[in-house]
Amino acid sequence: MRVNFTVNGRPHEADDVWEGESLLYVLRERLGLPGSKNACEQGECGSCTVRLDGVPVCSCLVAAGQVEGREVVTVEGLADYAKQRAESGGCASGACGNGGTSVGDAQRWQAEPAGTDSQTGEQGELAPIQQAFIDAGAVQCGFCTPGLLVAADELLERNAEPTDADIREALSGNLCRCTGYEKILDAVRLAAARGEAATAGQGA
Amino acid sequence: MGDVTRTPTNLTQGSQTRGGIGESTLRPDGTLKATGEFAYSSDLWHEDMLWGHTLRSPYAHAEIRSIDISEALQQAGVYAVLTYEDLPTEVKNYGLEIQDTPVLAHGRVRHHGEPVALVAADHPETARRAAAKIKVEYAELPVVTDEASATAPDAPLLHPGRDDHHSGHVTHPNIVHRQPIVRGDAEAARTRADVIVSGEYEVGMQDQAFLGPESGLAVPAEDGGVDLYIATQWLHSDLRQIAPVLGLPEEKVRMTLSGVGGAFGGREDLSMQIHACLLALRTGKPVKMVYNRFESFFGHVHRHPAKLWYEHGATRDGKLTHMKCRIVLDGGAYASASPAVVGNASSLSVGPYVIDDVEIEAIALYTNNPPCGAMRGFGAVQACFAYEAQMDRLAAELDLDPVEFRQLNAMSQGTVMPTGQPVDSPAPVAELLRRVKAMPLPPQKQWESAGESADVRALPGGLSNTTHGEGVVRGVGYAVGIKNVGFSEGFDDYSTARVRLEVVNGEPVATVHTAMAEVGQGGVTVHAQIARTELGVTQVTINPADTQVGSAGSTSASRQTYVTGGAVKNSCEAVREKVLEIGRRKFSTYHPAWATAELLLEGGKVVTDGGEVLADLVDVLEDAAIDLELEWRHRPTEPFDLHTGQGQGHVQYSFAAHRAVVEVDTELGLVKVIELACAQDVGKALNPLSVVGQIQGGTTQGLGLAVMEEIVVDPKTSRVRNPSFTDYLIPTILDTPTIPVDVLELADDHAPYGLRGIGEAPTLSSTPAVVAAIRQATGLALARVPVRPEHITGT
Repeated sequence: MRVNFTVNGRPHEADDVWEGESLLYVLRERLGLPGSKNACEQGECGSCTVRLDGVPVCSCLVAAGQVEGREVVTVEGLADYAKQRAESGGCASGACGNGGTSVGDAQRWQAEPAGTDSQTGEQGELAPIQQAFIDAGAVQCGFCTPGLLVAADELLERNAEPTDADIREALSGNLCRCTGYEKILDAVRLAAARGEAATAGQGA
Repeated sequence: MGDVTRTPTNLTQGSQTRGGIGESTLRPDGTLKATGEFAYSSDLWHEDMLWGHTLRSPYAHAEIRSIDISEALQQAGVYAVLTYEDLPTEVKNYGLEIQDTPVLAHGRVRHHGEPVALVAADHPETARRAAAKIKVEYAELPVVTDEASATAPDAPLLHPGRDDHHSGHVTHPNIVHRQPIVRGDAEAARTRADVIVSGEYEVGMQDQAFLGPESGLAVPAEDGGVDLYIATQWLHSDLRQIAPVLGLPEEKVRMTLSGVGGAFGGREDLSMQIHACLLALRTGKPVKMVYNRFESFFGHVHRHPAKLWYEHGATRDGKLTHMKCRIVLDGGAYASASPAVVGNASSLSVGPYVIDDVEIEAIALYTNNPPCGAMRGFGAVQACFAYEAQMDRLAAELDLDPVEFRQLNAMSQGTVMPTGQPVDSPAPVAELLRRVKAMPLPPQKQWESAGESADVRALPGGLSNTTHGEGVVRGVGYAVGIKNVGFSEGFDDYSTARVRLEVVNGEPVATVHTAMAEVGQGGVTVHAQIARTELGVTQVTINPADTQVGSAGSTSASRQTYVTGGAVKNSCEAVREKVLEIGRRKFSTYHPAWATAELLLEGGKVVTDGGEVLADLVDVLEDAAIDLELEWRHRPTEPFDLHTGQGQGHVQYSFAAHRAVVEVDTELGLVKVIELACAQDVGKALNPLSVVGQIQGGTTQGLGLAVMEEIVVDPKTSRVRNPSFTDYLIPTILDTPTIPVDVLELADDHAPYGLRGIGEAPTLSSTPAVVAAIRQATGLALARVPVRPEHITGT
């Protein structure tokens, strides 16, 4: 079958998709977007977390056919997504306070070409949550990182000042085997604090 | 090779990063990993590639009567189906130490999930469906499941006709290796004891549960060889096992490390490496293999489950008199790392304590259970759970504080191990216990402090909302452990580093090339820090790890910062000497210090130890590139005597202590770990941020073993019952508490920069500390991990 959907703001057409293929498989193997990870493929580890019309989902549990005409954001598009959000007033595509991004807002969003220079490992534009993960030491093997980033970014979008318990609850669907989660908590706290500082700066 | 996409790339850290050793510099691969661009072994793609799939045995022990692949071969999209009959050479087995593991089963399967046949097809689902059409006729055989069934007079032999180097000294052919250790006179010392405590303990089978599945891409080459992109812990060990099976010289099997999604010991053994190469060479096409999580549980070895019997004695004033123990490790169907695990379990069985009179025996069994081998802590984890339980029981018998009792008997620098080896670097066991005890305790009933209603997320049962504090009791427990660092028992444990220094665009740049497997631990970060420190540059490029450079040894045994870090340091020092030679030739007539002073490279310049700048590195080097590849070794060790266990067997020891605070819902048997504090001596923290990350990660894996992680093997059939993340639980962020870490840095003068290998020690004491806390909360004996709700409720 053929599936048409939008990934990171760009329309995509996937051909010859077998009906049993997951969104994760189509992203990784047909669209060349392997950032979403395949750690369990049974919806337990969260490493394949993407946003489907703004809602975080395990892409391994979404049949490819279900995304026809819909909007997907993966870790590869996170920086542009965050930039767009910041430009629309530090809010989730204008949808803050309503518990996330509305379908309409999600579908209006358009991506810019990726700005990361993969050779230097230090330059390029990152989403604040990506920078915070790097700065806090929340990345070790990194296999859980893309899913955690998408989930943490969504948390901060609907709750800019989460408590530790809020962070733990929001990220409880994302397994990490390396870090013991402490640095991941640090990263989310850091991103929240930087967001707050930026907001305060705008107000002043 | 130009068609392969998403292959490993050089990692360069630019000049805004100064960081030498001791600084928390950021990972050079951090941005790639945070943007999704880092190429893991499951992310590889090649034009026209096929997908490989493995058919595995549904039985733990069976004779294979016949295999019919004809229907599978006829499926559209299938390019090859391979069985044992298709193996190209006389070498049909592999193994880390004993080559007892069939590449594909021949006539008999010895464990559930053993590979039987391979399929290559143009879609992974096509390969899976074709594999299901392979007809294998099995005749089930009785299973060997434990010591009694393995050593019974009529026990089926797992490997009849064994002729490996351990077969001569074991007491039964179903025992892989046996290591006794005898020192002093335990029987005589026993008579001095005022109290004697003995007990049996059990440790379940833990899985490494790395998140990145076993995977890789094999690309056939025009010269008849193969290029393999792979996630592993030791490229050259893989190569040594792969090449003979393929019938290729090692130089025609070119291996490159892809991104590795965690390892923890589970990638020491081969998984799909040979299989993908066989399919690629047979079809002439690139073949990618990726296990799913179900298959991953069968695709790698696990931590040895163990039964441990211990007896300790102590005098009334709290001094240990003697220790006797017997440790039985279940190695499963194939040897893997079992012999070395036996060596560790026996030589570290006494723990970090002074006991002069000991009788120790450790064995590993061959059974039809899943093969077991390396996992973080490697034999020392199992022993630590048992001896720390014994310490608490002795303290209770003597009415002493459990921490004070441990401190009374704690080893220190100069203590002689049961193997006769003196500990010749700092061993601050009592101090680590003091530090971990001195940390402030978390407030009581913190679920009440949030406000009027309890936040159930802080309670046992969490969001299941099973209690608001009713029936919840708190306990505090302590434990401390000892782990060896590096490969022991006489192994030639070297590493190789190639370092190049040259001027690029007017700036000196160092390039570091090793075969070290970066599995997440941060070795690449540390290599860049070492190069900056030793060569005075800021710009460092880390080349991808591959087999074009000499072996780096394994990323295991907490050894890579020590050994490959040591090799990088050594090569940098040799490069520096060459730089200074050039400098002396060019400039010594201009300044006498070239000949007389101790010279360093700092900030891109040659400076004297007094800080005087003699020359710019750019002017010294000009167009020259200094490029050296050197091997480096730590001091040698020796094997343990097969009868007495005596020998200078270990390179270095590593120590950590934990304090666990738990709250237990005694009615439902649910445990909430509130805090898990750790104090560890790291010698020298080359990268403090990474050190703390390792300690917290290791601590959490120990928590998992304490309360949730176990591969459940059916005792009747030896089949695995929970090969999924639905049924094999690892700690989530809700299960994991705050982990405060106190890092002590007492230099080991034998090691580079005084560092101590750190990765494993925190995995040891975490488990017994958590269980000690549950015991204190509940008053239960709890001699087995993981502790399950029914062990607490007695239901």
